[in-house]
Amino acid sequence: MSPLWAGVSLITLEHVSKNFDSPSGSVRAVEDVSFEVDAGALHVLIGPSGSGKTTTMRMINRLETISEGTITINGRDVRDLDVVELRRAIGYVIQQGGLFPHFTVADNVAVVPRLLGWPRARRRQRAEELLALVGLPPKQFADRFPRQLSGGQQQRVGVARALAADPPIILMDEPFGAVDPITRKQLQRELRRIQAEVQKTIVFVTHDIGEAFLLGDRIVLMAEGRIVQNGTPADLLRNPASPFVTEFIGEDRSLRALQHTYLAELAGSRPDGVPDDVPILAGTLSIPQAGQELARHDRSNREGFLVSDVSGRPSGYLTYQQLATVLGESIAPAETMTSAEAAPDPEAAHVLPV
Amino acid sequence: MRRGEPLDFIAYIRDHPEQFRELLLEHVRLVGFSVLIAILIAIPLAVLTTRLAWFERPMTWIANVGQTVPSLAILGLTLPLLGIGFRPALFALTIKAVLPIFLNTVIGIRGVDRAIVDAARGMGTSDRQLLWFVELPLASPVMFAGIQTATVQNIGLATLAAYIGGGGFGDWILQGLAMVNPPILLAGAVPVAVLAMSTEMILRGVRRVIVPAGLTVT
Repeated sequence: MSPLWAGVSLITLEHVSKNFDSPSGSVRAVEDVSFEVDAGALHVLIGPSGSGKTTTMRMINRLETISEGTITINGRDVRDLDVVELRRAIGYVIQQGGLFPHFTVADNVAVVPRLLGWPRARRRQRAEELLALVGLPPKQFADRFPRQLSGGQQQRVGVARALAADPPIILMDEPFGAVDPITRKQLQRELRRIQAEVQKTIVFVTHDIGEAFLLGDRIVLMAEGRIVQNGTPADLLRNPASPFVTEFIGEDRSLRALQHTYLAELAGSRPDGVPDDVPILAGTLSIPQAGQELARHDRSNREGFLVSDVSGRPSGYLTYQQLATVLGESIAPAETMTSAEAAPDPEAAHVLPV
Repeated sequence: MRRGEPLDFIAYIRDHPEQFRELLLEHVRLVGFSVLIAILIAIPLAVLTTRLAWFERPMTWIANVGQTVPSLAILGLTLPLLGIGFRPALFALTIKAVLPIFLNTVIGIRGVDRAIVDAARGMGTSDRQLLWFVELPLASPVMFAGIQTATVQNIGLATLAAYIGGGGFGDWILQGLAMVNPPILLAGAVPVAVLAMSTEMILRGVRRVIVPAGLTVT
């Protein structure tokens, strides 16, 4: 087995550029791109069309040649690896599935295992396992043909297929771009659930900013072949590198910012003299979640609440006034606070699960 | 031979059963072998053409020339090389069958959804696996249409083989023409038409076996 199949995989791009030859000369599609994808993380590549995001991704499994720079996986230059072996170690999902219409669903899922020479029975078993994982009961779907499935179902098969040989890395090229908005939401949620279970290193290309914020551990925003900003969703929201970033994130920015701001980030250290019976909220709650949570607490005669850290210790403190100010950027504070008074719930546990 | 009503061709066939069987056999052999050989030539060439960019122009050019040169001219040109009889006729018919099969194979492979080819390559199919697992099965309906065209076309063209002693129903057609005898002419021509139509139907059945099930489901 090649080193690619190690349990975790780290992808590194260093000063990667891509030229396309055209009749009118060479076109620079990707310009000096460097970033790292941590093992087990989901990295979103996002940008307008022509930003080079797809080309950048396709250089990782060498569907595009690398003009300049280096891409390594677990320290190995991808150009030193056998291209067929490299691709079999990397799951690949594309828009509209790219399923083989002449293969049954089960055979589609088992393409890479078949290429790797697994015996028939094991391929079948693996296909059924994965169909169940992506929410397609094997009994009902395994022996159908792709044309007998809806777009969303085909996309699920596409995801199952990428997972078939249990590759450490998965590349996803606008995988949910061609399905209706409701199905897309559903698929995005399912991808989160599956990712929590399988913990793959994923590079995910999209032009949907909502999708990027929902799925990405990190977001690499590209424009005209260059990286504009590479950071966590919260970084992009709170410290946009340029007006372009702000513009690209768009009008829902402030609401999104709140959803990606966590209590732990806002809380100051616990001052002396704060009584123990004030509400305690988990630091991992986002600001809107905290607002909803506090609505269930009796906040009379209290000025603030405690915020617990990762280990569950209530080491942080935030006043209602501070929270209201932050929330006020997009939600009327009065509404939140009124409901807090209207529905006090003395039964609510003071310690929330972290 | 008496000149009679056109429908007398049935009587003519009935009076010459041995010869009829012989002509039928010759005719079928000419068509069958020419199409088979053409398949063996055209499909590999077409696959090469989709792999090597520089190969396309010369190949398409040759295939087109092969198709535009009249069959009779091919027969005449091969006469000094291959003499008369079955072999030059087979040669000429093969050349005529290459183009439709070649072109349809190229078009069929080119027409395979790019996304599917991209997915296959991205999953790590070798060039050969891509061809056998993906491109040829998906191109098969178009390729098969090319084979169908070539076969039916050659059933008609094979009548010309009679000019150089290649046999087939062309013998009776020529004879009927020369003698201005419609029944004999029709005794050659009508079986050719019937052969073409029945072959068409048989091939439709074969198509169902060859074209993958997933491509025809709804």
